[in-house]
Amino acid sequence: MQSLGSIRRSFAPWTDPQAKPYIVFDNVTKRFGDFTAVDNLSLSIYEREFFALLGASGCGKSTLLRMLAGFEEPTSGRILIDGQDLRGTPPYKRPVNMMFQSYALFPHMTVEKNIAFGLKQEGMPADQIEARVTEMLKLVKLEQFAKRKPHQLSGGQRQRVALARSVAKRPKVLLLDEPLGALDKKLREETQFELMDLQQSLGLTFVVVTHDQEEAMTMADRIAILDKGQVMQVATPAEIYEAPGSRFVANFVGNVNLFEGEVVAREENGARIRGATGAEIRVENAGAAAAGNSVVFAIRPEKIRVSSRRPDESRLNAMEGEVYDIAYLGDMTIYHVKLADGQVVKASALNSSRVTEDPLTWDDRAWISFQPDAGVVLTQ
Amino acid sequence: MADTAISARDTVSETPSMTRRLFSALISRLVIAIPYLWLLVFFLIPFFIVFKISLSQTAIAMPPYTPVIGVSDFFQKIGELSFDNYVWLTEDALYFNAYISSIWIAGVSTFLTLLIGYPIAYGMARAPTTVRPTLLMLVILPFWTSFLIRVYAWIGILKPEGLLNQLLMTLNIIDEPLIILNTNTAIFIGIVYSYLPFMILPLYSALEKMDYTLIEAANDLGCPPLSAFWKITFPLSLPGVVAGCLLVFIPAVGEFVIPDLLGGSETLMIGKTLWNEFNANRDWPVSSAVAIILLLLLVVPIMFFQHAQAKAQEQGR
Amino acid sequence: MNTTWSRFNVTSIALGFAFLYLPIVILVIFSFNESKLVTVWSGFSTKWYGSLLQNQGLLDAAWVTVRVGVIAATFATVLGTMAALALTRYTRFRGRILFSGMVFAPLVMPEVITGLSLLLLFVAVGLDRGFLTVTLAHITFSMCFVAVVVQSRLLTFDRSLEEAAMDLGATPVTTFFHVTLPVILPAIVSGWMLAFTLSLDDLVIASFTSGPGATTLPMKIYSQVRLGVTPEINAACTILIAIVAVGVIAASLVNKRREVQRLRDEQGAQRG
Repeated sequence: MQSLGSIRRSFAPWTDPQAKPYIVFDNVTKRFGDFTAVDNLSLSIYEREFFALLGASGCGKSTLLRMLAGFEEPTSGRILIDGQDLRGTPPYKRPVNMMFQSYALFPHMTVEKNIAFGLKQEGMPADQIEARVTEMLKLVKLEQFAKRKPHQLSGGQRQRVALARSVAKRPKVLLLDEPLGALDKKLREETQFELMDLQQSLGLTFVVVTHDQEEAMTMADRIAILDKGQVMQVATPAEIYEAPGSRFVANFVGNVNLFEGEVVAREENGARIRGATGAEIRVENAGAAAAGNSVVFAIRPEKIRVSSRRPDESRLNAMEGEVYDIAYLGDMTIYHVKLADGQVVKASALNSSRVTEDPLTWDDRAWISFQPDAGVVLTQ
Repeated sequence: MADTAISARDTVSETPSMTRRLFSALISRLVIAIPYLWLLVFFLIPFFIVFKISLSQTAIAMPPYTPVIGVSDFFQKIGELSFDNYVWLTEDALYFNAYISSIWIAGVSTFLTLLIGYPIAYGMARAPTTVRPTLLMLVILPFWTSFLIRVYAWIGILKPEGLLNQLLMTLNIIDEPLIILNTNTAIFIGIVYSYLPFMILPLYSALEKMDYTLIEAANDLGCPPLSAFWKITFPLSLPGVVAGCLLVFIPAVGEFVIPDLLGGSETLMIGKTLWNEFNANRDWPVSSAVAIILLLLLVVPIMFFQHAQAKAQEQGR
Repeated sequence: MNTTWSRFNVTSIALGFAFLYLPIVILVIFSFNESKLVTVWSGFSTKWYGSLLQNQGLLDAAWVTVRVGVIAATFATVLGTMAALALTRYTRFRGRILFSGMVFAPLVMPEVITGLSLLLLFVAVGLDRGFLTVTLAHITFSMCFVAVVVQSRLLTFDRSLEEAAMDLGATPVTTFFHVTLPVILPAIVSGWMLAFTLSLDDLVIASFTSGPGATTLPMKIYSQVRLGVTPEINAACTILIAIVAVGVIAASLVNKRREVQRLRDEQGAQRG
């Protein structure tokens, strides 16, 4: 039997040109008065995918989810689920269910009544409802809380009730609005994996809205980064992180150092870029940048090494500076190194041993170095 | 508790502060004692006097009753107490009918007020947040104008030759003027109209507090709007419904002005009966007995109201 | 779905407000009627206002009413504020349940009962019915309304403000006058206004507790209404409505201006 992980690893319908997307946003625009919340956006989500909409508040991600649920109608454009245009279909007739950020548990109903609510609307026979509710309670490990009212539960328990209620009807698609937003950090981390297991075992399509990039990276098969109602990039977490498509994405996800410069020459599998001070760096992954283009080279702090002496290896790009600030975080240390041109570069070093043999301290001269393939060249 | 902590600290500080603390403690005693005493004297004790007089004999005098109990001879006179007035009340069907009819009229009016007030409160609670304060003010505004004036305004409308009949006859909806004034219908209209703000305000505050995502959640789970109203909105607004109904029902049972001005001569309401007994017949003991029984009828709803108030206060804390 | 619901909302609000205001509007319109008939329009005239000024009995009653109202509202505000403080600040004292019962019960107590019981009290202690007794009665029932208004403000009051003041060395009394009072002042003012209008409004309790020489305006209007509807009463009512409407609207405009000013200040502070 395959483990869930290996199923997940081989799951990539978006790479298959034959695969039909399950949810399609087709040139969708949504305006509230003068404000454009969603701006001519197109997006495809596949069946059984765990899809995350990631962005800052006001980027349109919640509006997108609410349009899918049917609480808002798009100003223009179409939304399709399984090939069916949803326009005019009221929320109570859509094959999607939503888990609300506030959980929206009915305060006057017990946990089991809350979970049974959607099933009763379907007109499911009472004995089947009972069986399903029991199953759901077991799934979220709340069997002994069936008779409690929402205000008698902890935050984490309420979150589980909300989850159980929204999956009880076995919707084709589950929409989750900041599902872990109200939980504390520890609980959030545990719950992330539970959500992933649940999604796998029920075989549902999840669309989750979040502003927490770590959450999105951990859980999602693919992430759509949104800004000002537009999609900036849709890709797997690793692609988003390692090969951001734009300066915005590079900046938005994780920490990044950006070097601005001009392509001096293309090389076999890369390019040489000259910065403002005349220092040159050799990079691979130059994409379509041609000689003379002004570009930005983006590199993550953990890909940069800091040392007190210039590294020997000639392939490496190396620059000299001085240690400007040191942040010791326990598992790693982040060095802020100020280069000759005044730019401060962040470099993180894993504290793999308890004592560093090459200790650097404030105001020391230091060298930063990185492999030519450690970053990406952004033309935008 | 806090006082002891403070005074413990005071032992090290100088005397002026001590006197200041004592002064503060005295002030806080007074803050409780003054309104307490006032209400005891002017609200609670009068009820005992009413009760006392309801047990005395009618007399043609001023005051028109023979006093039974002075504080001093309470125990001697207690045996001479007369329940005649209560017996009298049970013997005359007029009083019994007046009680029943008061409760019936107040009950129907309360229900009608709820029926009319709920959609208004609902509409207000769902209105854009910017206009809500204005709407709220518009609901409260009529309450500031005289009750008497508002009841009076309806006489001109409901009269046989009044504006309503003029309008309906001009529109050819009716040929004969409707007789509304001096009927129970007029009383219903009067009570609904006068007490509507009392119904709307608690309903509004209950509905406005409600989280609208609950309705969205119900819709999302397959529940159409009307059904979501009955399953979610209405049950959650019940505290407001209860408060509103009590605020209308309790005073309406004892209402005097509305049945007197809008009701007919055959309309029996206990407030009017009491008034007549007191002012026209000058029978103080009997009217006191009427008041005591009315109070007994209202004790349960009033306690209920108190309880709801206390609970709301507890939640507000 | 949303649009049909909001259409429903708009309709219900519009109908509701029409119901609330139409009778008052009609009453005001017919106060300007030429004819003595209140229900048949025969031309515009202000003569009923003129005849109102000749009606010495009505004017006397109005003067009595205003005096009773001002005195009763002022005492009721002081007592009601104390009661509200007692209820919110001292959660444990002997007889608190009885006390809160006595504060809330008058809100719903039928007026005939309150009126009768107060009258019997005044008779029992040998107090002659008149100006004093009406005023005492009005203080008693309107202080409870003040208490409720002030109490609801006190419940949302941030206690840490008081604690901060005391931490900085203010005594409880100083704290009350410099911190608590300014914050709850709007509630106290609206409590006073409420008490004043309640007193202005009251017919039943005044009829029980008042005596010769202290006839209030509602009593006067009531006795005339019983004789029949006349445009003169419409005119008197219109003046009362106008006074109240101007007062309430002015108060809410002042509040709104203060609110707008505060918002502007806050924005300015953020920008600066």
